[in-house]
Amino acid sequence: MTKKIGNVWVFIEQEGGKIADVSLELVCKGRELANELGVKTEAVLLGDKLDGCVDTLYSYGCDTVFLAEDKRLEPFTVLPFAKVIMSLILEHKPNILMFGATYKGRELAPRVASEKLAGLTADCTELRIDDFDDKINKQSYTDKLMQIRPAFGGNIIATIVNTWDDPQMVTVREGVMKMDEPNSSLKGKVVKIDVQLDNSDTVIKVIERIRQDKSINLGAAQVIVSGGYGVGSKDNFKLIYDLAEALSGDVGASRAAVDAGWINHDHQVGQTGVTVRPKLYIACGISGSIQHCAGMDDSQKIIAINADPDAPILSIAHYSIVGDLNEVIPKMIAAFKAKA
Amino acid sequence: MSYTVIVFVKQVPDTQNITGDAMKPDGTVNRAALPAIFNPEDLNALELALQLKDRFGAKVVVGTMGPPNATAVLRASLYRGADECILLTDRAFAGADTLATSYALSCCAKKYGKFDLILCGRQAIDGDTAQVGPQLAEKLAIPQLAYVEDVIDLSKDKVSVKRTIEGGYEVLEAPTPVLMTVIEGNEPRPMNATRIMKYKRARTRSELAKDHADANYTDAESLVEEADNLVAKNLLIHEWSAEDVGADKGRVGLPGSPTKVKKIQSVILTGGDAKSVEPTEAGISDLIHELIEDHTLG
Repeated sequence: MTKKIGNVWVFIEQEGGKIADVSLELVCKGRELANELGVKTEAVLLGDKLDGCVDTLYSYGCDTVFLAEDKRLEPFTVLPFAKVIMSLILEHKPNILMFGATYKGRELAPRVASEKLAGLTADCTELRIDDFDDKINKQSYTDKLMQIRPAFGGNIIATIVNTWDDPQMVTVREGVMKMDEPNSSLKGKVVKIDVQLDNSDTVIKVIERIRQDKSINLGAAQVIVSGGYGVGSKDNFKLIYDLAEALSGDVGASRAAVDAGWINHDHQVGQTGVTVRPKLYIACGISGSIQHCAGMDDSQKIIAINADPDAPILSIAHYSIVGDLNEVIPKMIAAFKAKA
Repeated sequence: MSYTVIVFVKQVPDTQNITGDAMKPDGTVNRAALPAIFNPEDLNALELALQLKDRFGAKVVVGTMGPPNATAVLRASLYRGADECILLTDRAFAGADTLATSYALSCCAKKYGKFDLILCGRQAIDGDTAQVGPQLAEKLAIPQLAYVEDVIDLSKDKVSVKRTIEGGYEVLEAPTPVLMTVIEGNEPRPMNATRIMKYKRARTRSELAKDHADANYTDAESLVEEADNLVAKNLLIHEWSAEDVGADKGRVGLPGSPTKVKKIQSVILTGGDAKSVEPTEAGISDLIHELIEDHTLG
């Protein structure tokens, strides 16, 4: 190594002391990037009473956990979080800083990036280290973070590089980075942060807060049966549930089916929903917009059932069934029950 | 008490209808090749501002940064009920990423002067980043309320809103001035026929000069007179350059953008070796058998 570079940081999102999956996915990705750069993987964890989270972060590969605990950091509001993270950045100068592209991450990261005057790339789906030749400005950079994201409604994939001072900041979509198995023998160190906030940081008051965990976590599903507009009606979605139940799978949906009110948004697969990578994905009556395909095309096996022989989904499927899903699905259920 | 609400909107390429030469070789967008529309969530922000005008009394000022023909979204705002419009336009702004954009907009807001609220759509459909709103709030050193569905109450020095969070909602209260990003939810009002008749003549000074040139009519004195006439009728769209808003040239456009586009690839959906399965009992039975054999199922 010719010059000293900063470490790889992950902002850890938690709700009631439970770490969000996307944060653990990012720790795993961060570990991989840090190994390549020869630096440490470090977590930034904010909230109140979070002792239980620290060992979990070690077990996924964090060398350091910067822990800021203060009752003014619970529940999440953007200003005090931005203040604490900003002062940590100035003190420790990380090379890379990653956030989940969640409601919180997408609100917090730009506030921090703006103050730091750092580049920020939203909703990355892939990250890797490479060199960059900026031909326009005739500058060369080594070991930069390639920030790869869909843009233009998913019609293009752009590779973005941050050429200003560190950190190189990104938000990363949920479910796109692989979560490795935790290893409880891994240990790290915790650095407790002295939280310095003044009145101007706490001007936003949470008057009421109503939330519940997602009714379903499709990110972890092994078999997903998804219905689209071609299912035809809310009642007919029962067919999708029946097939999912028979195959011990979970139910997904396209945006069109969610917008039609046939199923709730927690089930939505695609760019504005969740990204999934099951062993088997069965797309029923889903035409296959780029936005939908972006959320499921890493599935190991894809079966597409569609009445339209020209539906785009058929071109990314491993098995295509052109036919009426009202007839095909009952045949699949019967065939599976007969074999299994 | 009347409030001042600034709404920042964006004219965007319709990303549902992408054609071949949408990107320039340097990786930036060739907007000329795409149909331009009013960014959908910015219409929700405008609607929320107009509702505040109806409920509490407010002056609604709509600003946009873009090329000269971005005035289309400003006139569309006037047709719906906006009171005043600003076009922030300068070649120096071209190629801006979200940081450079938020800096330019912050200069625009400061030049406008005192305001109570700034509203923006959560994100624009060309980039989907949702970054400009929070960055603009930071640049103006005011708090931000993201993912706002509705304003519950507005008073002289504070506002309360309902906003979406992961798996639910929050009611937040913040002191004004404050910036909100607005999500899809309300039903933007249609354009009003009477307002169209009035505001279709709204022009920037450049547009006015172009009208004259097109009419092969170059009397400078009458141009000034006509501009004064537009001002008197509240039909002049402000047109501000980087210099007008006091923007530092090094912080706008490409020079002010830390992120550079290295590469752009079109997305082509391929799978290639799709096995066609007959929708018959035998065909489906074979498929299920194959999936059980290779341990995909069971």
